[in-house]
Amino acid sequence: MAKPNSPELIIEAGRTERQYWQDLWRYRELFYFLAWRDILVRYKQTIIGIAWALIRPLLTMLVFTIVFGNLAKLPSEGAPYPIMVFAGMLPWQFFANALAECSNSLISNSNLISKVYFPRLIIPASAVIVSFVDFMISGIILLGLMAWYNFIPTWRIITLPFFIAIAFAASMGAGLWLASLNVKYRDFRYIVPFIVQFGLYISPVGFSSTIVPEKWRLLYSLNPVVGVIDGFRWAILGGESKIYFPGFLLSLTLVGLILGTGIWYFRKTEKTFADVI
Amino acid sequence: MSDTVIQVENLGKKYIIGHQKPENYTALRDVIAHGVKSLGQKLLQPLGKKTADPAFEEFWALKDVSFEIKQGDRVGIIGRNGAGKSTLLKILSRITEPSCGRISIRGRVASLLEVGTGFHPELTGRENIYLNGAILGMSKVEIKRQFDEIVAFAEVEKFLDTPVKRYSSGMYVRLAFAVAAHLEPEILIVDEVLAVGDAQFQKKCLGKMEDVSKGGRTVLFVSHQMSAVTRLCEKCLLLDRGNLKLDGDVYAVTNKYLQSDLGTSAERSWSDPKTAPGNDIVRLKAVRVVSNGSITDTIDISHPATIEIEYWNYASDSQLICGLAFLNEQGVILFVSNDFSRQTKSLGIYKSMCAIPDNLLAEGQVKVLVQICNAQHLDEIYILEHDVIAFQVVDTKRLETLAEKWGGHIPGLIRPQLNWQSLLLQRL
Repeated sequence: MAKPNSPELIIEAGRTERQYWQDLWRYRELFYFLAWRDILVRYKQTIIGIAWALIRPLLTMLVFTIVFGNLAKLPSEGAPYPIMVFAGMLPWQFFANALAECSNSLISNSNLISKVYFPRLIIPASAVIVSFVDFMISGIILLGLMAWYNFIPTWRIITLPFFIAIAFAASMGAGLWLASLNVKYRDFRYIVPFIVQFGLYISPVGFSSTIVPEKWRLLYSLNPVVGVIDGFRWAILGGESKIYFPGFLLSLTLVGLILGTGIWYFRKTEKTFADVI
Repeated sequence: MSDTVIQVENLGKKYIIGHQKPENYTALRDVIAHGVKSLGQKLLQPLGKKTADPAFEEFWALKDVSFEIKQGDRVGIIGRNGAGKSTLLKILSRITEPSCGRISIRGRVASLLEVGTGFHPELTGRENIYLNGAILGMSKVEIKRQFDEIVAFAEVEKFLDTPVKRYSSGMYVRLAFAVAAHLEPEILIVDEVLAVGDAQFQKKCLGKMEDVSKGGRTVLFVSHQMSAVTRLCEKCLLLDRGNLKLDGDVYAVTNKYLQSDLGTSAERSWSDPKTAPGNDIVRLKAVRVVSNGSITDTIDISHPATIEIEYWNYASDSQLICGLAFLNEQGVILFVSNDFSRQTKSLGIYKSMCAIPDNLLAEGQVKVLVQICNAQHLDEIYILEHDVIAFQVVDTKRLETLAEKWGGHIPGLIRPQLNWQSLLLQRL
């Protein structure tokens, strides 16, 4: 019952399909379903279920506050130290989780990839969405902390979605690179946990980036997460918190570059996934 | 407007196979090591000729395949394992990209290369219906509309809210197939997925597939079961080692295929007694079907055949009963036969033979079950093997001469040639 004007699909070697983005839109429901599946499965057969999404960041925050705030007595950008730490930890945890989930997503869905067609971009994207849900849940802790310390954010809080978008782009970009490399070179299975662990030390999560000497700030901003975390702190803490603009722009450019090349590389290798996975 | 929905021109798919690594993915270390090695070679012999890397070899899973499928055609794709059937389906359903050639497709394609793709064991039946439906390309609205039908078809009403990991394998397969059976694409691509579930459900699946294909949809169907192909399809493609051998009427192509030496299910043998079915009294060594003096998986309806069973007998003075059951593709037992001779057997390797007369079996696939039990205590079953071998019964004479005159299926589970007589009782 093909409609007389049903579109013709051409399959050829090396053809960049023009319908790709259109297909992505057509398969949006699959995207919801995959994200929904991962969220649903995540906390099945756990006793405290979704509370895991709260406990992990809460405990990490406590440790950082005690080590960096109380013992090392580092500055806190004019806000209570726990709030300062948490404002940085939110995007970091999002980035780290998304990166880990994303880079493994293709491998763990290999049965789908080798048996069904859909734009492969859906899989890493839905992995990022799942981490985003965790991110939203741990956002509740931030609200709780604010209430506890009677901390009222300034108007800057309305710019937060912009920084969330940057965090999204950063994790998606890096995630796409790692996901597609992981399909071919399983070495990346070992590299990703290392990146995540290492990144925690070189990113201003437990401390404020203001303690980095001025002359090193630009170099420090080569880590794109620095820009994201600074942005989050600027938007949430208000008041004394400042953004180091050259560094922020550098981070922003890098994020754009990573996302752009990530999508490019993913699209380039995607057609061979089914053969090598 | 032409009514061609799928046009394939000079399609080819090349794989590079490595001879050193068993894994199909690459480790970065190998790439780096390889790079360094070839760099070293280049430096050492800058003018040396380029030699082909012996570790890698090109392998064409498909080569120069061209065909055309018209709107509403039901096309079977047959060929032995490794002939490229699955690769062809994967390319048609866009899972993998061809290395050369061109395909144009008109209409929405849904492919079913496996039942239950994407089923998640932790999710409930209800959740999996939605998930699997979405994976197969159904929209949420479509799934909702067909939900009750899917559940009824799978017969899992009571367990909808149980995680599928607690399902029996039969229930699991039924649910998976039910979702797939309710796809409504314009072009349906099906790999051998009907060989699932129990016999009754298989029959139901085949019936459902028949309904689907009779609804005017274009269907591509891969199967090893010739009878399923002839039942569902009217045209047929025969692939052999990546090449398209035949393309034409389903009877002509399947007949040709069956006459060639492509069968593999005619004999099963176990070389190692440790892994062979059985116990320390008796173990199965081989089972085969022989007709016209050779092992064959295709028997002409007008020729007799013999089933041979070889086994190790480890008990002295044992009395064994060898039995065979013949089942059709729906799993219906056609008849059974036992060796009641009560011959006392000493240690050794034995061969028992059972002769099947000509003109007994009906056309179609016949599967053979082997049982060996104790002659004194019939409930002491030493060996019980389902589907040990299978063969096709064909009526080549009918296919060649009668098919045009009368293409209908001759009903009946068996087709013995019985004696008829006509007498003139009274002149009028």
